[in-house]
Amino acid sequence: MTLMSYRQALHDTLRSEMLRDENVMLMGEEIGVFEGSYKITAGLLAEFGEKRVRDTPIAEEGFTGAAIGAAMLGLRPVVELMTINFSLIAIDQIVNHAAKIYGMFGGQAKVPMVIRTPGGGGQQLGATHSQNIELYYAFVPGLKVVAPSTPADAKALMLAAIRDDDPVLFLENLALYNTKGEVPDHDEPAVIGKAKVTREGSHLTLIGYSRMAYVAKKIADQLADTDHLDIEVVDLCSLRPLDRETIINSVKKTSCAVVVEDDWLTYGIGAEVAATISDGAFDYLDAPVRRVAMAEVPMPYAKSLETAALPSEDDIIQAIYQTLDAIGHRRSKTGPHD
Amino acid sequence: MTTKKTTTATRSSTTKAAKPAAVAKATKAPAKTVAKAPAKAVAKAPAKKVAKAPAKKATPSIAATNEQLLDFYREMLFIRRFEERAARAYTQAFIGGYCHLNLGEEAAVVGLMSALRPTDYLFTNYREHGYAIARNIDPNAIMAELYGRADGVSKGWGGSMHMFDMDHRLLGGYGIVGGQLPLATGAALAIDYRNGDDVVMCTMGEGTTNIGAFHESLNIAELWKLPVVFVVINNFLGMGTKVEKSSAEPEIYRRGSAYRMPAARVDGADPITVAEAARIAVESARSGKPYLLEVTCHRLRGHSVVDPAKYRTPEEVEELKLHDPVHNLAARLIKERVADQATLDALDESILARIEEIAAFAEASPHPDVATLFDYTYATPVPNDSRRLPGQPLFDENGSAQ
Repeated sequence: MTLMSYRQALHDTLRSEMLRDENVMLMGEEIGVFEGSYKITAGLLAEFGEKRVRDTPIAEEGFTGAAIGAAMLGLRPVVELMTINFSLIAIDQIVNHAAKIYGMFGGQAKVPMVIRTPGGGGQQLGATHSQNIELYYAFVPGLKVVAPSTPADAKALMLAAIRDDDPVLFLENLALYNTKGEVPDHDEPAVIGKAKVTREGSHLTLIGYSRMAYVAKKIADQLADTDHLDIEVVDLCSLRPLDRETIINSVKKTSCAVVVEDDWLTYGIGAEVAATISDGAFDYLDAPVRRVAMAEVPMPYAKSLETAALPSEDDIIQAIYQTLDAIGHRRSKTGPHD
Repeated sequence: MTTKKTTTATRSSTTKAAKPAAVAKATKAPAKTVAKAPAKAVAKAPAKKVAKAPAKKATPSIAATNEQLLDFYREMLFIRRFEERAARAYTQAFIGGYCHLNLGEEAAVVGLMSALRPTDYLFTNYREHGYAIARNIDPNAIMAELYGRADGVSKGWGGSMHMFDMDHRLLGGYGIVGGQLPLATGAALAIDYRNGDDVVMCTMGEGTTNIGAFHESLNIAELWKLPVVFVVINNFLGMGTKVEKSSAEPEIYRRGSAYRMPAARVDGADPITVAEAARIAVESARSGKPYLLEVTCHRLRGHSVVDPAKYRTPEEVEELKLHDPVHNLAARLIKERVADQATLDALDESILARIEEIAAFAEASPHPDVATLFDYTYATPVPNDSRRLPGQPLFDENGSAQ
């Protein structure tokens, strides 16, 4: 195990996969000479050359589609979309082509490619640069969508995504790039389509993905220390396919759940999780499933407004207590969030 | 509107005059190899002889031999009769969805396909039945795809707009206007990445040249010197919108200059002219110089089978008859004594009989088994992939998600 940042884990995995398989190549805006907007690809142009680390024109539809076409002929392109907001320019190629080519032609052509892109608000980037729209892709059969929350998962899921024969949207997060964690030294790909219980508990199930899975784990650990709460944390890891059984099995144990997400609440991923719990664990529920999600506004620039729009740790803690109160759970220690 | 000669655009507009001369010059070169294809055999497998023959040629040739002309004619007539039969099957409700026909584009289709090697790749839009035929794909499988049957080229998953055959390197008809351009560019990137010798041809309508993917793809192709030929079939109409109403530059080939890409415009009524222009374009791409080829055509019917084309004036409808490439080539064959009317009639009869066999095959082909519904969502099996039918609950009686 090596302690490293989420950014470093991504960088090292891309590099090791390029060393392992010469079909793996990188494409994206400013990933070469500039070394990437968030420096995930730093040093790779110098090491692998222009053929395998391709700076593209600002043409998301064009180069994402080109990666799909190259994948149809057996390359394994890893595309960087500078932020998930810009994926909207490429959405025709992702949704109408990458997701459809295998099925629409009766399984004759595979599309083994990865689209890496960070989501995340809270950086004062305003309405068009702060969205979390992974839902648009998680909606689409034919795509796989993964969202690691730790450096170890970033590595394991990147290994899995690159070696997978289907198009994988790989969701990163601006706020996670500098977070650190232990990363296994060996190459063990994750299984796409599986959620993870990152903390066992019996009082309540707290569910999130990407940055919110990180926050959920942090809060659960904190409340265990301060409030003697025993919260189970489920990190979805994969948004499509969604591991419904892991969610249900947890809720059957705890009888209540809070879903936290950085995207908008209405029609969001939390809505799908809540519906899943309703379908699969209705008889076990002691309280309505609570969702904590972003305010339904375009993200404002001003710090005060941005902070108000994003779910905070206090918002999550409050939702946890309101849910526990609703089922009559008695806290063993009075906390600051009555 | 139709040009009778080849026009080219190059890096500099001042050199434009030089290129047509080169093409014209090529017309005087002698034909070297001639395909040998007895009429009967071709009627059964119309594409094979024609598509393969030109690839063997060592030297450029527009001076068509009689046999070459006959080969093209057979193939064009086959496509014509196939498409007419498809239209009939559509009105009989054997074919669903949209159904766009190559009627009027037969000469362009066979001329373009003659320039490709069997190992070259083709991406098309949704008007691709004729291309599939000219790529030597089994016409039974093409018709079966239209019928939505298990023996279809795409196993009944694609339909009219989405034909695919990896063996014959037809890498898809695509239903989204412009969607195939970035893909074709990427396929060319993969060829270049591996230092391959293959070429990608990517066809589209003239309306497609107004979409962003056109600009992005041509720019990338030229920047990276990819082996791709972009072919614009300019039939002067979107669905019903005239090219002058949709394109600020209605002479589409001129758009190549924005990317410093060599480009040419040819009359798509004559398969020999198209074949020669396509040969030059493909040769350019194979040497690492992408190419934009505009081929003018006249769509003889509506945009799709169900379109009565009311936007055409009676005069325009009358004029269309003059542009029928199959009719015109038949007239030329007779005039130049390549074939007499009786021979052409016999050919037509044998093709019509073959087409009926094809339709019968499609009708007899089984509907895809519903048990295969979930077989093609993912190439790599993945846990928790849903196999739930619409009426089933999310969780079964055992509590397992489905």
